[in-house]
Amino acid sequence: MKALRMLIVGTLALICAALFLAACKREQRQFQPPPSNFKAQQIEQSDLRPGGAPALINISNPVEENAYEVAEGKRLFTQYNCAGCHANGGGGMGPALMDEKWIYGSAPANIYATILEGRPNGMPAFRTKIPDHQVWQLVGYVRSLSGQLPKDVSPTRSDDMNAHKSEQTSEKKKPVNSVVPKSAEQP
Amino acid sequence: MSLLHLNRYLLGLATALILFLSGCGGGVQSALNPTGPQALNVSKLWWLMFYVCGVVFVLVLVVTCIAFLRRGERNASPDEKPILHPPEEKEARKRNVVIAATAITTVILFVFLIESFFIGRGLTAELSRKQGISIELTGHQWWWEARYMNVDASNIFTTANEIHIPVGVPVSFRLKSNDVIHSFWVPNLSGKKDLIPGKVATIWLQADQPGLYRGQCAEYCGHQHAHMALLIIAESEQQFEAWTRNQIQSAPTPTSDSQKRGQQVFLSTTCVMCHAIGGTTAASVFGPNLTHVGSRQTIAAATLTNTRDHLSQWVTNSQVVKPGNRMPPNNLSSDDLQAVLDYLQSLQ
Repeated sequence: MKALRMLIVGTLALICAALFLAACKREQRQFQPPPSNFKAQQIEQSDLRPGGAPALINISNPVEENAYEVAEGKRLFTQYNCAGCHANGGGGMGPALMDEKWIYGSAPANIYATILEGRPNGMPAFRTKIPDHQVWQLVGYVRSLSGQLPKDVSPTRSDDMNAHKSEQTSEKKKPVNSVVPKSAEQP
Repeated sequence: MSLLHLNRYLLGLATALILFLSGCGGGVQSALNPTGPQALNVSKLWWLMFYVCGVVFVLVLVVTCIAFLRRGERNASPDEKPILHPPEEKEARKRNVVIAATAITTVILFVFLIESFFIGRGLTAELSRKQGISIELTGHQWWWEARYMNVDASNIFTTANEIHIPVGVPVSFRLKSNDVIHSFWVPNLSGKKDLIPGKVATIWLQADQPGLYRGQCAEYCGHQHAHMALLIIAESEQQFEAWTRNQIQSAPTPTSDSQKRGQQVFLSTTCVMCHAIGGTTAASVFGPNLTHVGSRQTIAAATLTNTRDHLSQWVTNSQVVKPGNRMPPNNLSSDDLQAVLDYLQSLQ
């Protein structure tokens, strides 16, 4: 009987310890960015594809489960002047990023390609100007604006006055991507 | 522990202490080596406190020893009965001693308080004079941005981590922070003052002798706080004028082919997103201004000397030198890297 109780207590303690350690991951800081193994395709000018369209694969953002990386994305969003067109997510000269509408897809790979290659009608290409790892950080932050990220990862507060609520408290908006142009699909 | 061991231990401790104390004596970053009126005041206060506290410390030790010895004498005969009603005049004497000691302590603390108040106020007092140099110093994680103000806007220039000042001229600083709380402290020249986000603090200092003085962020500000230093170079009026004239200029145009290619690489890759070089399209304010980076003695906030090797290491992967700093590693080809280094070194 006693042994059984010890076993239960021991197991519970182990589970608690495991949970504790798992929680550290969201704050883990990696200062040496890992080499990128994903290259965005060139933005295609038409839906015609010689050789046919390759099958779609789902690429996840390597930094999307880490609060520190997403917070860095938030810092870079201002620093690289994304806010110049998209404001703090509400949009201006560029489209809003905190709503449910995604012109070129809401998947991380879509946003990655959008930042790297630009899009017609205004979005400039940041290829060679922003290192790969930082692009992924920005992708994470852009997705957090409309609540696509888990609550424990999204930024909790802004350093400046901000009209909208923090990314963490914004409700998750279901992406409306009925008409993602073929050219925005990621192979 | 045997006596021999104890002896060795004490000898080691004494040697360490001597080495430690000799480290305070001179050097480019020492409050005990003041070279300006501000630091002189601070060091006067320090020595006053040191001597007074030293005397008090020794007195307390002596009195404690006397008390121990006396107690030993009294307990010599165990048959003696404890004194429950000591004679009145003896009690009165003891009471007077305690009252006097308390009064002296209070007076000493008040002297310290008043002295410290006036010296502290002197450090931060705004300079009312019109001439003199005014520098806006902004703390970043983890480097210093210095902007030399001037009534003539075309004479304003920005540099980083290396501040030149003329000898014998008061220099006032407007201290700001871009992110978290930092603290500006050049021990040889002045006391310290915090840089607080959203607030402008002021401090002034003056160097009475030419030389190089090192300052250090004195408020923990994150991962690379320890590597957030700056140099103050005090020089003659003529040297300072020459330096200023050069700093106001735009960056020199690249002359050799390699330098031209370096500029091209700089302007077409990640560098341009954070750094500014006067006279080019690079105008970002998030990293140190590199207009005259080749003329500086150090890079990375006085972490590395400004040699080609260090520059190369820093450009390629600064995360090895200062993990966590804001500059990402750069994946430049060997030719491009050499060209960028040529260009950066040409920015005198």
